[in-house]
Amino acid sequence: MNPGVALAALVGVSVATAVIGFYGLRISRTTGDFYVASRTVRPWWNASAIGGEYLSAASFLGVAGLILLSGTDALWFPVGYTAGYLMLLLFVAAPLRRSGAYTIPDFTEARLDSRPVRKVTSLVVVLVGWLYIVPQLHGAALTIRITTGLPSWVGSVAVVIVVCLTVVAGGMRSITFVQAFQYWLKLTALAVPILFIIFVLAGSGSAPLAPPAVNPTGVAPAGLYQNVSLLVALLFGTLGLPHVLVRFYTNPDGQSARRTTLIVLGLLSVFYLFPTAYGLVGRMFAPGLARAGQADAMVLLLPGELVGGTAGDLLSALVVAGAFAAFLSTTSGLVVSLAGVISQDVLGAGVNGFRLAAVISAVVPLGFAFMTDSFALAGSVGLVFAFTASTVCPVLLLGIWWRGLTDAGAIAGMLTGGVLCGGAMIVGAFAGVATTPGWLAQPAAWTVPAAFAVMVIVSRATEQRIPKTMSKVMTRLHTPERPLATER
Amino acid sequence: MLRQTAAAVTLGTMPDSPLLTAAAVAVIAMAIAVVVGVGLKVLRSFRDLGTDAERATYHTLHAASQAGQHLRRGLNPAGAAKASRQLRTLLGCDALAVMDTSGVLAWDGAREDLKPRMMDLAAGVLASGRTTVLPAGEAGAGTDTTGGPLAAVIAPVRAGTRVVGAVAAFAPTAGAGLVRATSEVADWVAVQVELAELDASRTQLMEAEVRALRAQISPHFIYNSLNAIASFINTDPARARELVVEFADFTRYSFRRHGDFTTLAEELRCIDRYLLLERARFGERVQVSLRVAPEVLSTVIPFLSLQPLVENAVRHGLEAKEGPGHISITANDAGAFAEVTIEDDGVGMDPAQLQSMLAGHTDGEHVGLRNVDARLRQVYGNDHGLVIDTAPGEGTLITMRVPKSQPGHDA
Repeated sequence: MNPGVALAALVGVSVATAVIGFYGLRISRTTGDFYVASRTVRPWWNASAIGGEYLSAASFLGVAGLILLSGTDALWFPVGYTAGYLMLLLFVAAPLRRSGAYTIPDFTEARLDSRPVRKVTSLVVVLVGWLYIVPQLHGAALTIRITTGLPSWVGSVAVVIVVCLTVVAGGMRSITFVQAFQYWLKLTALAVPILFIIFVLAGSGSAPLAPPAVNPTGVAPAGLYQNVSLLVALLFGTLGLPHVLVRFYTNPDGQSARRTTLIVLGLLSVFYLFPTAYGLVGRMFAPGLARAGQADAMVLLLPGELVGGTAGDLLSALVVAGAFAAFLSTTSGLVVSLAGVISQDVLGAGVNGFRLAAVISAVVPLGFAFMTDSFALAGSVGLVFAFTASTVCPVLLLGIWWRGLTDAGAIAGMLTGGVLCGGAMIVGAFAGVATTPGWLAQPAAWTVPAAFAVMVIVSRATEQRIPKTMSKVMTRLHTPERPLATER
Repeated sequence: MLRQTAAAVTLGTMPDSPLLTAAAVAVIAMAIAVVVGVGLKVLRSFRDLGTDAERATYHTLHAASQAGQHLRRGLNPAGAAKASRQLRTLLGCDALAVMDTSGVLAWDGAREDLKPRMMDLAAGVLASGRTTVLPAGEAGAGTDTTGGPLAAVIAPVRAGTRVVGAVAAFAPTAGAGLVRATSEVADWVAVQVELAELDASRTQLMEAEVRALRAQISPHFIYNSLNAIASFINTDPARARELVVEFADFTRYSFRRHGDFTTLAEELRCIDRYLLLERARFGERVQVSLRVAPEVLSTVIPFLSLQPLVENAVRHGLEAKEGPGHISITANDAGAFAEVTIEDDGVGMDPAQLQSMLAGHTDGEHVGLRNVDARLRQVYGNDHGLVIDTAPGEGTLITMRVPKSQPGHDA
């Protein structure tokens, strides 16, 4: 495809992100607009923002690629990514908003009344964030290489620079609107090309090259354990993602947090129709992409492959724009929330501390990204979800729903889950995809229960450490807020 | 292989190699040096402690200061238990009890079987406020078989004119020395209790100050608003009615009783009403622009902490100025903080005077600012006071930074 068009798309998305970030605030010149300006973000906006921040490289590129490679087994990814929000809706959204905490470390510190717990949670959250940024940078590298022919590192470095500049220059003053814009951009960038392709294919009446049920590279179907373990990781992992939970703070109360989550469920369900469609069309009409080892780039290549010409170029440019929106939105969301945690716990709370922390939280994963090789995007994000599910998720769920949790139990559980899951990830990375046994490649099915079990057992053994503030905090988490006096 | 074995044998059979000898000598020399060094240090430390009298003074003062720390929170069981250990060594008695007017707080030393009867023994002291000596027979010797009879000295702890407790020392004989020492200890405890009460009242004072600082809408404003509304009653009754409703809503918000915190959104609405009423007076002279990041609208802030800042901008920035004045209010998302600024292009303030007013040295016009500043510092710590950029004739920019995460505060 034409490199110039792809570059133009990339620059366009970056500029749009920065402009909305800088100028997207509601400005009112008269006192008459006061009421509008002081109105909190409506659940629709906030849900779009959450969707924009959540849909990362894995969803935009990875899911379609995996469906191309392994068919229905890969459908568990979109199912799990979406269903995680059901867990969030049922168990976490409203109580977490009512807690008044802004980040996960804030929450654990307030709930367990303990500084050490805060430190451990912060450490885990920063790790999760860094691990999550790495696949985004891999995705950017892949996109740049495939679409412009430039060396891969250009893509990762470009994303890091754009994110650092906007965050450091105060460009995230209206992050909600930036992220909401990114969601609709991503949806359009996936929906328009695939619909166009389907119409073209239907119009020309071309016959499928391969039946949809056959894996093009002959990948063996995954076993029951793999699928269950993956689903556990995705369902529970969503609960602990730092950048998603920060967004709930924007809701004025617990009830609107629930409504937001419900809308997110709908938005995600709509979005995931399209990667699935890409995967299906790819299996039937372009199985050659899988054999060339370019499954992750399938979404980028399909318009050029099946439509071609100027129309194909323009559609590709749209997809590239959507892909960069995915990398930028997820990375900037993560960088902002990590910078909040790092600046608060390590660097001191000043403005400069926040900026420095933002640079640190973007540059460290860039180093990781250079050192590691990109393998299946959806899979590597799935592992991050497994890590989150084994560390942050137990402490959130037990913290909200169990009065008996103690600081010692929380720390022991998080460390157990982190060591087990992190160990499995490291062993898997060194052993290589082909030689890793299934239980190590998908560790969530045993690391998550282990973390929960250790947390419960150690808490039981240290019952005398249940904080005195427990009843008060639990009451606050689970009783509805006083209605705002001026809301009318 | 062979060479290796040979080397091993050579080493094994030649312990007198010059290298080994040198090493052994060095190790021994070092060991001697360490022993001598430590010995000297120990000797010197003994010598440094000085004469017996000096050491006795040191021990007494040390025990007293340790006990003082434990009693810093007043007469309570935990503190008294720790302090009584120090006090008993101080008095050199067999047992020591500390009690307040309702019961025994701590017992240290022998004969704990006397504890249930202690309050009966001390009743007279607590009532009269005079030190009492109970000779060995009276202090309960007859009932016990485990130890010899003990005499008791019970001295009252007097804070001000009230008797708040007593200290009881038990020894085989109650000599004049013990009696004097015990009543001195009781007086010393009384001083500590008074210090603790002073601490408590200082905290109460701070709390009361915050409560008093909270939620004052200025009487000027009420007077001016009512006058402005009155001027509309004949000319524009509909507007007058509207303004009265706004005034009612404003006062309802600012007179509310519950909670010391509110959300930024609620506070902004309160400011909206306030400005509506001010515009009834000033007309188009007051221009306002707003730029608010919706992410920070649910941030919890102290109740009525922004309205006084806006009122300050209107009254001291624009009222004194000719022509229209502009006020701009922004709220930004700054990481884990929400940053609110209020800027006016009015007459500004003299920084030196402002500083002395904020420090509480002078009572200037800008009492509202000082009030907000004091509350912010009280709630969020000294780093979170107001930041004010101003100069005469240059307008004023006030910045407030509040942490977003406040799990302890209910809006």
